[in-house]
Amino acid sequence: MAPLFVLVVLLLVGLALVLAGRARAVALVGGDTTALASRPAYHGAFLLLAALVPAASVLIVWAMAGPVLTGWLVVASLGEALAPLDAAERGVLLASASEFAAGRGFGTPSPLVENAAMAYRSMGSAVHWLFGFLATSGAVAGALWGWRKIAPRWPARPYVERAIITLLGAAAGLAILTTLAIIFSLVLESIRFFQLVSPIDFLFGLHWSPQSAYAGVGGEAGTRTGEVFGALPVLAGTLLITAIAIAIAAPVGLLSAIYLSEYASDPARAILKPVLEILAGIPTIVYGFFAALSVAPFVRQMGEAVGLSVSSQSALAAGLVMGVMIIPFVSSLSDDIIRAVPQTLRDASAALGATRSETIVKTVLPAAMPGVVSALLLAISRAIGETMIVVMAAGLAANLTLNPFEAVTTVTVQIVTLLVGDQAFDSAKTLSAFALGLMLFTITLMFNILALKIVTKYRQNYD
Amino acid sequence: MTDARNGDDFATIHTRPAARKRLARRYRAERRFRFFGAAAIFLSVGFLALLLGSIVLKALPAFTHNFAALEFDLSAPLEASDPATADYDAIVRNALRDRFPEVAGRTLRRELSALLSSAAPVYLARQFQARPAGTGFTVPLSDTADLYLKGLLARSRTIVATGPAKWTTSGERGALETVTAPDLRAIENAFTGQGGQDGQRPSILIEIAGGVLKIGQLDANIPGGVWLARPRETGNAAEPGQWRIRIFDTPQAKRKLSDRQIVWLDRLVANGTVRPALNTIFFTRGASREPEMAGIWGAVVGSALALVVTLALAFPLGVGAAIYMHEFARPGRWSRFVEVNINNLAAVPSIIFGLLGLAVLLNVFGLHRSAPYVGGIVLALMTLPTIIIAARVALGAVPGSIRQAALAVGASPLQTVFHHVLPRAMPAIMTGTIIGMARALGETAPLLMIGMVAFIVDIPGGFADPATVLPVQIFMWADFPEAAFGYRSAAAILVLLVFLLAMNGAALLVRARFERARS
Repeated sequence: MAPLFVLVVLLLVGLALVLAGRARAVALVGGDTTALASRPAYHGAFLLLAALVPAASVLIVWAMAGPVLTGWLVVASLGEALAPLDAAERGVLLASASEFAAGRGFGTPSPLVENAAMAYRSMGSAVHWLFGFLATSGAVAGALWGWRKIAPRWPARPYVERAIITLLGAAAGLAILTTLAIIFSLVLESIRFFQLVSPIDFLFGLHWSPQSAYAGVGGEAGTRTGEVFGALPVLAGTLLITAIAIAIAAPVGLLSAIYLSEYASDPARAILKPVLEILAGIPTIVYGFFAALSVAPFVRQMGEAVGLSVSSQSALAAGLVMGVMIIPFVSSLSDDIIRAVPQTLRDASAALGATRSETIVKTVLPAAMPGVVSALLLAISRAIGETMIVVMAAGLAANLTLNPFEAVTTVTVQIVTLLVGDQAFDSAKTLSAFALGLMLFTITLMFNILALKIVTKYRQNYD
Repeated sequence: MTDARNGDDFATIHTRPAARKRLARRYRAERRFRFFGAAAIFLSVGFLALLLGSIVLKALPAFTHNFAALEFDLSAPLEASDPATADYDAIVRNALRDRFPEVAGRTLRRELSALLSSAAPVYLARQFQARPAGTGFTVPLSDTADLYLKGLLARSRTIVATGPAKWTTSGERGALETVTAPDLRAIENAFTGQGGQDGQRPSILIEIAGGVLKIGQLDANIPGGVWLARPRETGNAAEPGQWRIRIFDTPQAKRKLSDRQIVWLDRLVANGTVRPALNTIFFTRGASREPEMAGIWGAVVGSALALVVTLALAFPLGVGAAIYMHEFARPGRWSRFVEVNINNLAAVPSIIFGLLGLAVLLNVFGLHRSAPYVGGIVLALMTLPTIIIAARVALGAVPGSIRQAALAVGASPLQTVFHHVLPRAMPAIMTGTIIGMARALGETAPLLMIGMVAFIVDIPGGFADPATVLPVQIFMWADFPEAAFGYRSAAAILVLLVFLLAMNGAALLVRARFERARS
């Protein structure tokens, strides 16, 4: 409840500032608000901002520099106790001490760790108070400055508006920040992984069994771990399942889109299009459940009926369900694109005596092709990144095979398997998940950019 | 007209066999093409129906549960100063034993107790403490007993006997005499049908004169065995149609429910002690290792908490970003970069956002593992592009004349946006936001990464309490080996789909009202 209490207090203080600034502006002109350059509400908001900006700046610095500063202070206060340790040992010690200080430690700490944890706690609270004091005094100073600035001719509105527009810009910048954070976190952890396992082994190795890598850190672990982190079978499994999915979604989705846009009557279209979109709205966990409990056993029985040995986690079952999941991506994008092809092209084709299907195949589709291709690329990217269906219906063991009746694993399945549950955060096993994540991010990004490029490059302008 | 050949050609252009054939072929191709299109739609719609149908069928059994209304002797907790200290285990155990006084011996009694949920004492204690003066308390059956009564476990087939039979009793054992040939053959077929070893044989239960005889041997065409329930004392003959042969094809050893337990359950149902009722446990409780005590309420609360955080972050940030990009950003390299960035972010696989949450939120900032607010932040980052894109489209749909009119009467650009443009765009923004929230509600993968997959019994009480969410709960239940969890998983899916339906319905409603207001 404490954070909530602080929040309420802060809100009340903010409200008080707004009312005070407003009251001051009104009082300065003796109630005749037409004499004010900006309306009273803007003066109130101005006073609030005057207090908020310095305080918020301090808080941002605190959030970014606070832990680092605490770390420095702890190292300085421990002094020579740390002297015999090398850099790596020191890092491990400090990390575990900060965990203990936060009450998340595991096991019994050694005396040195306990000392460091105490230092963390005391230095942490010192830094806490320091920044708290700085933020409060910044707010007070800002409020005083704003209070003195408020005058009948003071242009409060431009200041307030500029601040708000800056905030809006910051919200837009958050999208960039998110992308940067994704890239940095994936790349940094991957670099740590590639220090343990060579990138060549990872990208071209044929054997993937991270569970058998031992967690040991040191020279002899390197050769052993290099052999079990070959990501090629995982990638092959992903591509196999994606290929099956696209083999279903591309024809079905495209034909659905053609039927909806060219043949279906308006009432039929009004019903069928939302029904197809329901497929897109169903959570992937539901597809996964269906794939694992209904489709996979069915595929297995079908296979056995014709004398094939089918794994109970066959790539076919996962790919089938995933294909159905991405039908609406293909169909609704293609539908929009096909409808955007101008009617004059169809009329011209019909005037030459072509049947409807000939018009579609020889005139409409070629005109819509760039859009359709980019829709397919987006669907592929979606299939590669899809997680829950394959987690529930595909296998865990990495088989390098093209046989759709065997169990294969995918990049996303491996990420989930490696990271669910407790992990030691510096083992090659855990870090390999981030390398896989980087691979996944790069591949899907390439497909997305390619899709965008194709659309912009080959877009036909009919106007 | 002078050239007769030409005229002939004109008249016969569609009557020449080759042309007619060609035309017919083209029309066939047309019909074929159209058929393929319709078939594709039919395939998608059919799959949707199959998916929903199979889940509904699988979910229905989980919405009811069988409860036993026994006569509990509650004098001990009534007299005790603190009713919580009473031995409810013994109360439940004795209440069940009173119904079956003939059951003796440790093993058999334990088998009997296994009919009730192991959480039955706790369940009884809670009811009693809620209303100590109450009567008619019920306790839940165990998951296997419940599944049997729903016909989902230990299925049997029943053959009504066509001939008469006489029974004999000697101690625990019994036998059937003077059984006519067709009935005997039915018993024989089942008896010798599969294997022959005792544990592997189908169970054959003869229901005769209120008793149940389990056939253990077939000597000289006289089926004999053990009485699992004693027959009436009077008489020793049953008329045709008065006795039945029940065959359980799954051998007892391969079932979670023994033949004896089945007989006991049938008796409890016959005398009205056990009745199905709405499975309130499922809707009101958190996770549990016992399927019959597991509920979705904890996950629903967790989902709600996470979504509140998601909405509180993603809505203002998303709308703010859209306003900036659409109304204030100067067109140029930078704003194009931001736009491309947001489009790409919308297509980043959701699991990547989970990795971001794990690496940055948990490991760098040290936020709580499994906490709904962390889940909410991750989902907000994921939903943000959706909301931004929807809001930009909505802002773009507001006619420029509105802006110009506002600016003309002296409003600042910011006032124009907030007083005039945004209110007009709001319904469409809200539609987009609701759809984004619906997607966040159904998202599983990123939440697995930040530890919301933990087994949490308590209902989360705040944003920082460890919690799980509805889709993750479904995922966990689907993985458990007990069959009853599979049904609960499907039921939880149904609950999730109902929520999604409600949200999408709300989005449609907002859109419809908006369109009416505009016209």
